[in-house]
Amino acid sequence: MIASILLHVLILLLMPPLLLGVINKTKAGFAGRLGAPLLQPYYDLARLMRKGSVFSRTTTWVFRAGPAVTLAATLVASLLIPLGNHPAIISFNGDMILFAYLFGLARFFTTSAALDTGSSFEGMGAAREVTFACLVEPTMFFIMVTLARMSKSLTLTQMLTYPSFDVWFVAGATMLLLVGALFIALLAENCRIPFDDPNTHLELTMIHEVMVLDHSGPAFGIILYAAALKLFVLGAIFVNLALPFKTGNPFINWAVFVADMFMLAVLIGVVESVMARLRLVRIPQLLVAATILSAFAMLLIVR
Amino acid sequence: MISLADQLLVLVMLINFIMLGTSRLAFAIRAVAAQGVVLGIIPGLIHPFSGHLLVITVSMIVAKGLFIPWLINDAVRKAQIRREVEPFIGYVPTLILGAVFTTLAFVFAQKLPLAPEHRELLFVPASLATLMTGFLLLTTRKKAISQVIGYLVLENGIFIFGLLLTEAMPFMVEAAALLDLLVGVFVMGIVINHISREFSSVDTSRLQALREE
Repeated sequence: MIASILLHVLILLLMPPLLLGVINKTKAGFAGRLGAPLLQPYYDLARLMRKGSVFSRTTTWVFRAGPAVTLAATLVASLLIPLGNHPAIISFNGDMILFAYLFGLARFFTTSAALDTGSSFEGMGAAREVTFACLVEPTMFFIMVTLARMSKSLTLTQMLTYPSFDVWFVAGATMLLLVGALFIALLAENCRIPFDDPNTHLELTMIHEVMVLDHSGPAFGIILYAAALKLFVLGAIFVNLALPFKTGNPFINWAVFVADMFMLAVLIGVVESVMARLRLVRIPQLLVAATILSAFAMLLIVR
Repeated sequence: MISLADQLLVLVMLINFIMLGTSRLAFAIRAVAAQGVVLGIIPGLIHPFSGHLLVITVSMIVAKGLFIPWLINDAVRKAQIRREVEPFIGYVPTLILGAVFTTLAFVFAQKLPLAPEHRELLFVPASLATLMTGFLLLTTRKKAISQVIGYLVLENGIFIFGLLLTEAMPFMVEAAALLDLLVGVFVMGIVINHISREFSSVDTSRLQALREE
């Protein structure tokens, strides 16, 4: 039991940057390059942690609290979701609301820290971030409500371990709608390519990267790690829905889960390689479409 | 087989949303063709096989999937219409309206006094939702050609409703409706050509003005 929890926490803490490595390797493969080593995100984090920090004199404690609160909220959220078949470490009735609003809290502090710098550039990024977030939030809630209704439970562990291939067979259309909506929400929440380009750091079209321009050293490392962790958390939800393989043996389950996560990372890498960034005016359209997909899934289940 | 038909009806309703959300005329035409083909397959899934059924299925797929889209594409080319759909109200509001209408269709279908064997199926809500999408496309689009597409979607909705009644209503009636539709699209094509020749624009909102400004 203790060993299982330990493994759970270890995978949770150590795996996220590796996903970024896999995504970058996939993109490099598409472009015909060799690409950075798989472990590059870890080297980057280690390098940032060794550096000193520069804080502007115009900033207040909000700017320093931003990365810390973001990381803390994301970490707590990551403890609420089950990985593969393994139950979440913290689980209680209605934890899905806490889960959703922990991300809200993290976003609030990231945007506040961006506004605290007084830079108009970062203010623009913050405005975009919250605008798109309000369109993603209903999607997440429709997905959660649909899953709660299907599994007749209000804890994330039961909701997310409920999907299986039998469920896919009976309610295929609903599951397909959910997975489609969740994938769009995942890309939007993590600022991946159709919505935002995680590689650019100085361009007027970006959303998330522009907000963290003034952070340096360990604070920036924390932001990068929290972003990777968020990708991992939402990815784990996606994997639970889309690829619900279940075996009896817990260790095989872990192996399957890790393999699933790598498949998801490759999928994101492929999407990023074959698509271009959307025009900014098209983004709300796609997000509303995702909301409608998830609302439609709920309609099919509730009726 | 019935459950597969239900999944296909979900696909039909998704195509409704695609039609409401897209700004590309060519894409909307392809979407309506796809919807016609999906609807052509459904009768084969819910009724026992017969030669009669085969004829209807094949003619449905050929007419709605190939011939009508070809006619519309032809009209687009001849009238040299720009490729944008140009709605009166934006894409996002129409999408949301479409979602509201779909929800209302589901609510309304629950209230209808249906036969017990039809109650659990998606046919009635899908039919009403598709009808409402057709109305929405007809009323919110400026171009005459996009209104033809709305008219096609409307007919698709009626066809879905007709699927439930096929025991009472012979396929002959549906075939006649299909013929009507063909003639309708044909006439619309000619009308659009004439409009574009006379007025240099097929924007129906400008047909109210007596003189060109």
